[in-house]
Amino acid sequence: MENTSTMTLEKMIMSLFLVVATLLTAYAGLNALDNIFGVSMFIMATAFALGVAAIVTGKFEDTDTEYYNYSVVKAGVIASVIWGIVGFTAGDYIAWELAFPALNLDLQWTSFGRLRPLHTSAVIFAFGGNVLISTSFYVVQRTSRARLIGSVTPWFVFWGYNLFIVLAALGYVFGVTQSKEYAEPEWYVDIWLTIVWVMYLVVFLGTLMKRKEPHIYVANWFYLAFIITVAMLHIVNNAAVPVSFFGSKSYIAWSGVQDAMIQWWYGHNAVGFFLTAGFLAIMYYFVPKRAGRPVYSYRLSIIHFWSVIFIYIWAGPHHLHYTALPDWTQTLGMAFSIMLWMPSWGGMINGLMTLSGAWDKLRTDPVIRMLVVSVAFYGMSTFEGPLMAIKAVNSLSHYTDWTIGHVHSGALGWNGFVSFGALYCMVPWLWGKKEVYSLALVSMHFWIATIGILLYITSMWVSGIMQGLMWRAYDNLGFLEYSFIETVEAMHPFYVIRAIGGLMFLIGALIMAYNLWMTVKVGEEATETSMQPAIAPVAAE
Amino acid sequence: MADDHKGRVDELSGVETTGHSWDGLEELNNPMPSWWLYTFYASIVFAIGYMVLYPSWPVGGEKDHLKGTLAWNARDAVNKAVKDAAAAKDPMVKKLMATDISAVRNDKALARFAGRSGKAAFGDNCAPCHGSGATGSKGYPGLVDDDWLWGGTLEQIQHTIKVGIRSEHDETRNNSMAAYGDDELLDKTKILNVASYVLSLSGHGKEVGGDIAAGEAVFKETCVSCHGPEGKGMQKQGAPNLSDDIWLFGGKPADVIATITHGRKGLMPTWEGRLDEATIKALAIYVHNRGGGQ
Repeated sequence: MENTSTMTLEKMIMSLFLVVATLLTAYAGLNALDNIFGVSMFIMATAFALGVAAIVTGKFEDTDTEYYNYSVVKAGVIASVIWGIVGFTAGDYIAWELAFPALNLDLQWTSFGRLRPLHTSAVIFAFGGNVLISTSFYVVQRTSRARLIGSVTPWFVFWGYNLFIVLAALGYVFGVTQSKEYAEPEWYVDIWLTIVWVMYLVVFLGTLMKRKEPHIYVANWFYLAFIITVAMLHIVNNAAVPVSFFGSKSYIAWSGVQDAMIQWWYGHNAVGFFLTAGFLAIMYYFVPKRAGRPVYSYRLSIIHFWSVIFIYIWAGPHHLHYTALPDWTQTLGMAFSIMLWMPSWGGMINGLMTLSGAWDKLRTDPVIRMLVVSVAFYGMSTFEGPLMAIKAVNSLSHYTDWTIGHVHSGALGWNGFVSFGALYCMVPWLWGKKEVYSLALVSMHFWIATIGILLYITSMWVSGIMQGLMWRAYDNLGFLEYSFIETVEAMHPFYVIRAIGGLMFLIGALIMAYNLWMTVKVGEEATETSMQPAIAPVAAE
Repeated sequence: MADDHKGRVDELSGVETTGHSWDGLEELNNPMPSWWLYTFYASIVFAIGYMVLYPSWPVGGEKDHLKGTLAWNARDAVNKAVKDAAAAKDPMVKKLMATDISAVRNDKALARFAGRSGKAAFGDNCAPCHGSGATGSKGYPGLVDDDWLWGGTLEQIQHTIKVGIRSEHDETRNNSMAAYGDDELLDKTKILNVASYVLSLSGHGKEVGGDIAAGEAVFKETCVSCHGPEGKGMQKQGAPNLSDDIWLFGGKPADVIATITHGRKGLMPTWEGRLDEATIKALAIYVHNRGGGQ
């Protein structure tokens, strides 16, 4: 390979960093003031020490004979499938808990409050994050005709990110939290994620800079926007002062309504840049690739990219309508949310219209069907979002199950399906197989999961709107028609339907895991010409 | 790799590509759909209009912002809504306050008003402990029967709601069931015997397995001052009737033994200050009407 000397330098710097990190965390672990902090420090120290050992014994030697570094991508694919199943299981379990509260077993570790962040982080950060890291490493290499920079650093990103997930999950179950939604992990986990994320940016950007293509492919714009913005959001929202450097507890630097605004600036843009920009990047590679068609409109991709980037970042205040947030801030949040509708739909149009000339594949290829339906769900939830940001609508929908339904039409329909589609494409490509083990099983996954999603979102629409209407119902004498507990009682049947829908989605994912496993194990080997994406890659030089 | 910016024409659509290709991926040079573009413009126009009408940009000084041409603000809007709602109820509230609590039932409209008011207040304030149907549960008295700890007349119920039981209110209703076992006032045998006697008042004495006659002697010595010679209780002191087979903390032998051993101190908060006087009055009427009012 090129630059053998810098590779060595990379390993030296990485080893040195890991040795220092091992010593620091071991020292902190020995002086820990609370158990979870101590356990976390020892897990980190062990992981870092293993990292040093792996580097020294040459575990990260470049044995990949291919032009591209696929091994780290494969690891990301495996982690995605495993975390996906963990996250969906946790989600469905707490859905049953809401329907039948006794399922929390009256134990603190299995209560809804502890398992809910475990679910959200497992699906968004563990499943979604590993999908984003693995697809971005795949896409940036293929569309730049450049191998990932470094030999250890990409692995550092993969293992470091998954270490972050383990540390976060440990905290959730044992009650260590800074009580910020989607940013629950405490300061020591936040610092670790910051380091990993900066290295992610270095690997992605470094590879992009080495590219042998004159232009940067649209998917990479979205990946880059996702990586940079998430770094900014993470650092600002998690600014905190630890009570001690040897304990888990910290206090957030922001206070009062400023803290609330920063939290939802973060929270909203975690949706915008993690779950939208990042997954649009996946769409921009895998939809045209699988369909074998060019992207519909280059101009649309430019305009909708920049308008999404510019407008999304302002829309956070719509999470705080009718609160202590000043009126002027709420106005801006709503105004920008409405302006965000068409920029979001630009991505949907580009995704769907790329199929023009290949619509027949919807009948023949269940993977394309999954990808197309994901884009349809994207369009639906990016219409619903601005709608719910309108203050008059929000006064009905806020704090109800409608919000939960909205989030899941995006999360299950868009993020889930586009990820599944990408995994069904990538696994055969990465492992040199002709096609996924069974397209019939893909089709089964598609139908079970689609019906599951529909049960989920329709039950939450009914439940949420009913809940909102019951809360605001007054009788003719001016008294509240329903007590709170009556609204909870009324939601019970819909909670059961939702949990059934979630179970179907989980079953679909298990079918996928089996299918992908069988693809790797017994899938028909690809011939040289049929191997790789439907459109043959341009030979490297 | 073609980078001469001369796209090829895509056969299926007849549209030119941009001429770039990444890993075999190309882009068509289609224009943006005009419906998309015009809807985007329209949403911008709407947003600007909305920002003109309502409070928007933070300009004009550190804590100032554009007020919007409608001069609307959330605080005024909610204050007005609260005021309007109160004004709509005002005549009936005044009438309720001016009417003697036992006379409310004679005015059909007023009785309905009190019933609705009481129901709404009960659902959000009382139901968490006493249950939606006011049937109670272990530790929380049912309000639908005629077994009252502190009295079941309209006035007594109203007073209980107002001052609470063992609450921080100065006039709160207060008493104490001693912990006869924990404080070593009675030994285990005596507790077993007295529990047998107490349960025998409602016909369950033999289920305990103690000496009922010996228990009666202990009862006469220790319990009569509050629960009365026949165990019928004393509402003035909030001492429960032990002979009616209605149990606040459970009527199984183990429950009764636990009650005698550890004592009981249920708590009901004072609602004075949290609910206004008219609502407390309406609540008393609502509770009284649940079936057990005296």
